[in-house]
Parts: sequence; structure tokens; C-alpha cells
Amino acid sequence: MTDPNSVGLVVPQTARFDQEIRLKSGARLPGFELIYETYGELNAARSNAVLVCHALSGSHHVAGYYDARQKKQTLGWWDNLVGPGKPLDTRKFFVVGVNNLGGCYGSTGPRSINPQTGKPYGADFPLVTVEDWVEAQARLADRLGIETWAAVIGGSLGGMQALQWTLAYPERVRHGIVIASAPRLSAQNIAFNEVARQAILSDPDFHGGHYYEHGVVPKNGLRLARMVGHITYLSDDQMAEKFGRQLRHGKHRFHYDVEFEIESYLRYQGNKFAEFFDANTYLLTTKALDYFDPAFDYGGDLCAALARARADFFVASFTTDWRFSPARSREIVYALLHNGRKVSYAEIDCDAGHDSFLLDAPHYHAALGAYLGGIAT
Amino acid sequence: MTLYGRFDFDYIARWIRPGERVLDLGCGDGALLDFLQREKGILGYGVELDPDKVTTCIRNGVNVLQFDLERGLQGFEDDSFDHVIMSLSLQTVRHTVPLLKEMLRVGHEAVVSFPNFGYRPHREAIAAGRMPVSRHLPYQWYDSPNVRFFTIADFDALCHEQDIEIRERLAFADGERVETDPNLNAEVALYRLGRANGTPAAV
Repeated sequence: MTDPNSVGLVVPQTARFDQEIRLKSGARLPGFELIYETYGELNAARSNAVLVCHALSGSHHVAGYYDARQKKQTLGWWDNLVGPGKPLDTRKFFVVGVNNLGGCYGSTGPRSINPQTGKPYGADFPLVTVEDWVEAQARLADRLGIETWAAVIGGSLGGMQALQWTLAYPERVRHGIVIASAPRLSAQNIAFNEVARQAILSDPDFHGGHYYEHGVVPKNGLRLARMVGHITYLSDDQMAEKFGRQLRHGKHRFHYDVEFEIESYLRYQGNKFAEFFDANTYLLTTKALDYFDPAFDYGGDLCAALARARADFFVASFTTDWRFSPARSREIVYALLHNGRKVSYAEIDCDAGHDSFLLDAPHYHAALGAYLGGIAT
Repeated sequence: MTLYGRFDFDYIARWIRPGERVLDLGCGDGALLDFLQREKGILGYGVELDPDKVTTCIRNGVNVLQFDLERGLQGFEDDSFDHVIMSLSLQTVRHTVPLLKEMLRVGHEAVVSFPNFGYRPHREAIAAGRMPVSRHLPYQWYDSPNVRFFTIADFDALCHEQDIEIRERLAFADGERVETDPNLNAEVALYRLGRANGTPAAV
């Protein structure tokens, strides 16, 4: 059965860029590849393109599936949002998903071969920032013949990229859509990232980041990192509701194996993630999160930092998100108001914490769909 | 959205200069801002808590911010709007005085309208022993969103007490202006307010 609201079977493409890219850290890459997917058709005026930016563990595979027999297992991470008749309607928009520089899904990253050594970059892959990602994405836009995005949209770290686009290329973005995000991380956010990094860095299988050469991966560290992360993605209420103090065996057994169901859940999530995600990518992505701070060059003044933006904005947050709380989104909104930008802001009642942005709470998709409907050309 | 069902829109529009920045508190479906955007080319923002109304505003092309007014306007900067409007919802807010002061901190002027509880049919209802129910007070006492019950005379006294300058006051019944004894004859009042001389912007 075909789903009329699905973009269906999709195949990723790769773009090769041979011109050197100079990164914010000062490091240089002689060239790079980006893996990406597109859905829908670019119109003749090239005015209906929307860039979807991914968060920590996301990828270029935003919508559709790779295998018709395993649709659910191979489904894109934001498939509930993107497709014919969905809020980001591929009958109207040409949607682009791209795996970021430094990623582990096919774009040039720590697993790629370093042309200077003939071996994987590993720890030698330079730290990349949100600004660098946007720079790389801009080259892809050039390649695809997209002068101006109708919108750049993202949740969490993806929202930071959407915001950065409106600052780095004010004339190339008509609408910035920033969901469950923040203008910079709090000390608590950075603290959680640091715990995750230490888990990886202290894994004996990490080998200073050159674990590929040793034929191992720091699974334990990656597992722990993901477990810590998952705690911050869920809300206290939702965890209580989903797991409470449910016991695996119905009674206390006085050992360190799984006793409580929440332990089982975290271990499952950690193990699953450690099977496929690259530890070096995880490390550098958490650093990109930590460094992102457009107000840094303006003495911490976010209003001054956002003065360059020319886009209209839609900002959304979720009531139970304590990782990027509504107050963080409101900071962005107030700074946009200061600058006289057009902005709408929805604070969505959803019990799923930070992960709410990946779900389809009715008021969330209704508001987002209404906004996107208004910008369709 | 082509029908502007609200008789007070035209009067409010007369107080707005083209291109102003306008904040509408409790903006509902955004009809007033939509009207002012078209008629006056304002840069408007609505504040609305109800999620369905938020979506309607967005669909209508009105900037809307889903904030809770009971938390005040603390994130808004001093003097950042030309007019801050609160149309027919002042009576639904618990913290009346702080909100009025906040409106006049954030805006150069405030525009408020409210149903006049002193309107003759309301007095008659009370005299007959029942709480008033009318076009502008369409609720029963047990399901009303209104939490403050006041008259034009009450509001005038409050403004005087709080150093809020009444720059203009219009009163209406059946969509028509009321000139004679508005506290008795008007069902709705519309005010243009400013800070009294010398009163600083901050609360």
C-alpha cells in the first residue's frame, strides 16, 4: 500500500566541493562532500526551496524511506512533517535535507579518509561550528541553484543553524523557523555535554580518537553519552508516566542489572545509538553546540547580534522542554522584536520534553502548518 | 477574513498613525491587527494564549506571540510600541493595575476597551436580583472569563489615582456613540491613555 502523504522511496545524493573551506577555528579542509536528499520539485522561479537542518543525531534523511519492505525502520527522522499534504508540503515546497560537515552519515567527517595521511581523520578532523555548517550548506545551495531559501527550518541544534542562516546570509533566507532551540547554551547545557564527552574520551577503546585504526569503537562511552542525553530529552512527568518506578521483575533483587524499567529503556537507547553513531562526530557536534553564541562578538548583546537578520520568523517551544526551555526561545523572540522583525511564537503544551519537536502534537503541527502555508509561493 | 465585525475598530484606527508599531494584548483571531495592517500599514504583534486562536492569527498573516498576560510584559522593552491595545479583555485580567502600568511602560499610549457594568440594563438586572447577561456580558456568573467587574466611573477613578492620563474617552451603546451620562447609558467604553506629566516609563 502506498501512503499518499509520503514522499515514498528516496535515494540520497552526494555533492563534491573541491574548493577549500576555511573553518571558524582557523583550520582548513581542502575540499569536502555533503550527502543530501531532496523532496518535491524546485519551481521555475527557484523560490520554493526549504532547507531542513538536523540536530545532534539527525541526518540528511528527513523524509520517506529507503526500503519499501522496511518502511518503519528506514523512515526519515522528520517524516511526520514533510510530505504531500503534510505541514511542510512537498507539493508546494522543494525540501532539502543535508548531513552536516563532520557528520557520520556520508558527509565528510572524522570517518572519512584524510588525503594527507591516507587514513581516516579520526581525532584530526577539525572542530566545526554552526557557522561552518551554514557555510557548507550555502555551497550546496549554490550548487542546487538556490539563491534564496523560502525558509530554513530546524529544531534544537537545527534551530541554531536556521538562526545562523538569517545572520550569515540575511538576503538568502525569507523565513527562519527556529524550534525548541536557544540563542546559546546555558552552563547546565554545557555541563551535560561535558559529561557526555568525558564518557567517550575516557573509554579505553577511544584511543585518542584514532579507534578506527585499532578496529574498535568506544561503544561504552557513546552509550553513556546517549543515556545522559536521553534523560535531558524527556520531561520528568513523561518519564514518571512512562516508567514510574516500574520494576522489571516485580520485586527488588538487590543487584546492578536492570531493576527499574527506566534503566532498561536508557540501556536500550544507549546500545542502539552506539551501534551506528560515530563517537568523534558526537564529540565535535556537542562542541558545536557549546560554541554557538551569535551574541559573543557583541558583548553578549543578542539584540545587536540579530540586527543583521532580514527574515521573518516563526519560533516555537514546548512547555515541558527543560533542556531548551520556553524562556530560551522567548529570548530569541524579544531580540527579534527589538529589531522590528516580523515574528510569531507558539509555546506548545506537549508532555514529551525536548523530543516534542520531533512529534506531531496537534497544536504544534497546526501552527507550523499555518505558518508554512502562508509562505508558499 | 474580510468582515470586520467590531464597531470599535474604526475608532481605534483613528488613533493610529501609518506605520506605527502596535501591540494587541488578547488579540483573539487577530482581526483588529489585520484591519490595522491593511488600513494603516502598521507593524503589529498580537499576544494570545489560546492555541487555536494563535493558529488562526498565523493563518491570517498576523504576527502572534503565545504569552501568558498574567505573567506581565516584562520581556518587552520600555517605549518599544506606539500603541498597546487591550480590546474588551481588561476585565478578564486579575492584575489590572500592574498590567495598565506595563502597557504604558511598553507603549507611548494605551488603548483599552471594556464592558461597562454600570450600563442601565445591568443595574436593572442587579436590582431585579440577578447578575447581568447581555451582548457584551454574554456569560453566566459561573462560567464567565471575567474576573473584574467595574464601571466607567470606577475606571476613571482608578486612572486618576494611578496618574494615568485619560486622553480620550468614547462610550457606545448598540454600536452608536453615547454622549449623555455614559456611565449609565453606555455598554462599552473605549479609552486612549497616556502617562500623566512627569511620570517615568518604568513601573
